[in-house]
Amino acid sequence: MLDALTSYLSSDTTPGQAGNVLWALIYILIVFGGVSVAVMAMNWLERKALAHFQIRLGPMRVGPHGLLQPIADAIKLLTKEDIIPERADRLVFWIAPLIILCASFAVYVVIPFGPTHAITDLNIGILFMLGVSSLSVLGVVMAGWASNSHYPLIGSLRSSAQMISYEVAMGMAVVSAILMTSLNRSGTGTLSMIGIVEAQQQQQIWYLFKFFPLGFLAFVVFAIAMVAETNRAPFDLPEAESELTAGFHTEYSGLRWSLFMLGEYAAMIAVSSIAVTLWLGGWLRPFPNALTGATWDLVFSLVPGFSFLALAAVAWIGVIRMPKDPYFRVQTLGLAAFGLLLGLIGLVLFAPPVRERIQDIFWFTAKVAFFMYMYIWYRATFPRYRFDQLMRVGWKVLLPISLGVLIGTAVVGVVF
Amino acid sequence: MTPVATPFFFYFLSALTLGSAFLVITCKNAVHSALALILGLLGQAGLYLMLYAPFVAGVQIMLYAGGIMVLFLFVIMLVNLDRALKEEQFSRQWLAGCLAAIILGALFVGVLMRGKALFPASSEQIAEASNTQQIGELLYGPYMFAFEIASLLLLVAIIGAVVMAKKRI
Repeated sequence: MLDALTSYLSSDTTPGQAGNVLWALIYILIVFGGVSVAVMAMNWLERKALAHFQIRLGPMRVGPHGLLQPIADAIKLLTKEDIIPERADRLVFWIAPLIILCASFAVYVVIPFGPTHAITDLNIGILFMLGVSSLSVLGVVMAGWASNSHYPLIGSLRSSAQMISYEVAMGMAVVSAILMTSLNRSGTGTLSMIGIVEAQQQQQIWYLFKFFPLGFLAFVVFAIAMVAETNRAPFDLPEAESELTAGFHTEYSGLRWSLFMLGEYAAMIAVSSIAVTLWLGGWLRPFPNALTGATWDLVFSLVPGFSFLALAAVAWIGVIRMPKDPYFRVQTLGLAAFGLLLGLIGLVLFAPPVRERIQDIFWFTAKVAFFMYMYIWYRATFPRYRFDQLMRVGWKVLLPISLGVLIGTAVVGVVF
Repeated sequence: MTPVATPFFFYFLSALTLGSAFLVITCKNAVHSALALILGLLGQAGLYLMLYAPFVAGVQIMLYAGGIMVLFLFVIMLVNLDRALKEEQFSRQWLAGCLAAIILGALFVGVLMRGKALFPASSEQIAEASNTQQIGELLYGPYMFAFEIASLLLLVAIIGAVVMAKKRI
């Protein structure tokens, strides 16, 4: 057992390829725990950022600056009464959130956080991700149908039409990026997530900038389609609250509703990491080709530690600015402890062995975090589309663009 | 890398596929049938994976997820579920059914008896890593014509759908 644990550490493959079941389980636990924590953090950040966009304060009461709000919400949701409508189809009603949850968590099996930091490396990686994440629409439709109610049914029908439409444009954009992986000396492309990033490393360019307008256009198409695919504003018609109460999950409450929410945020992180892997160079640090050399390597490997120290500094400023009233003493101490923890993590990240292993994960996570912030930004900025506008954008704008980009990429790739 | 618990997964996936295929025809509710169908197709994708054909498995999941979605919509929009529940589920043509079952069963038994002799000697094991590439080379090489014919067929279907859906073109 101990031997199986230590023997993997010296190898340089993913646990899935090494056939090491024990480490694969450890990775699965780490990834799923990490995603769950990220969902909670995202929940807090979204409420906070949205509030500041609208010149409000957002959650302030539970913990310093509402930091413990997600935990309080989780406890509230877990202890809520579980209601199933009387005329609902109980079995389907029960399965629907599980399908969404499974579909959005299963894709994390192939997401590469670093050259060896993935649970496994399937050679159909991107196909697997698109296929499994498209299963989640099934959960949405099942939820809408099983509720036996009008608003959920309309919401789920909207959702199915929307997802099928945007999947087409999304697939075309993905294909054009995969086509770029085959433009090397041997001429063989790859569908493996790790292989795609390695191809970008080999060709010394992020696919965002390859064949300049082409790669960028494909990325833009994907970035729009992925918002539609995850049912987020401005494409959140399946749950448009001003028209459909809450859309497909109107009849859900408590734990089951929280599963929907968990699945939605996990899917958002998953599609963001597809975009990062395909166009933004996955785990590669910025400027791996221009700023080379030992000095730059050192500088970039210190960034994770410094960014945690910066977070600690922000927490420290928060401690200073906290009112001095004894009523706030517990909150001040808590925030100080949190800042101290962040600072300690930052210091640990400076240690050379940790630094070497963690910086891929850091860059990947930072890029995904950028996309997550964009999601919030979209939600605060854009008004919701009308359904016919949504369909027009999907079929008459995005699909022709992505087809054109695909043909253009093929032509340019053959000619040059 | 050695496979893990191969017989277990084979029997598990086979049981899953067969069981859900059985549910597809016995379920009274068409939506439940559609759900059982997707479970069966997922089990089948698992079987493809066991045959070291990951590309086929991935495409199976991807295509059938969309296909079942459309089936779902048909059920919701076109089938009157309340009336369907009251109607008889199986037709009375048990004679034809028995005949078909006996012929199919005889075929299966025949294949089982002849065993390995029916199949060509085991072809070379294709490396799992280049599976997708091999399929691509076959499709765009020897089977180019069949592939193009299939795409033409799909194009005709698309044009047909547009013609039927649009009143004025």
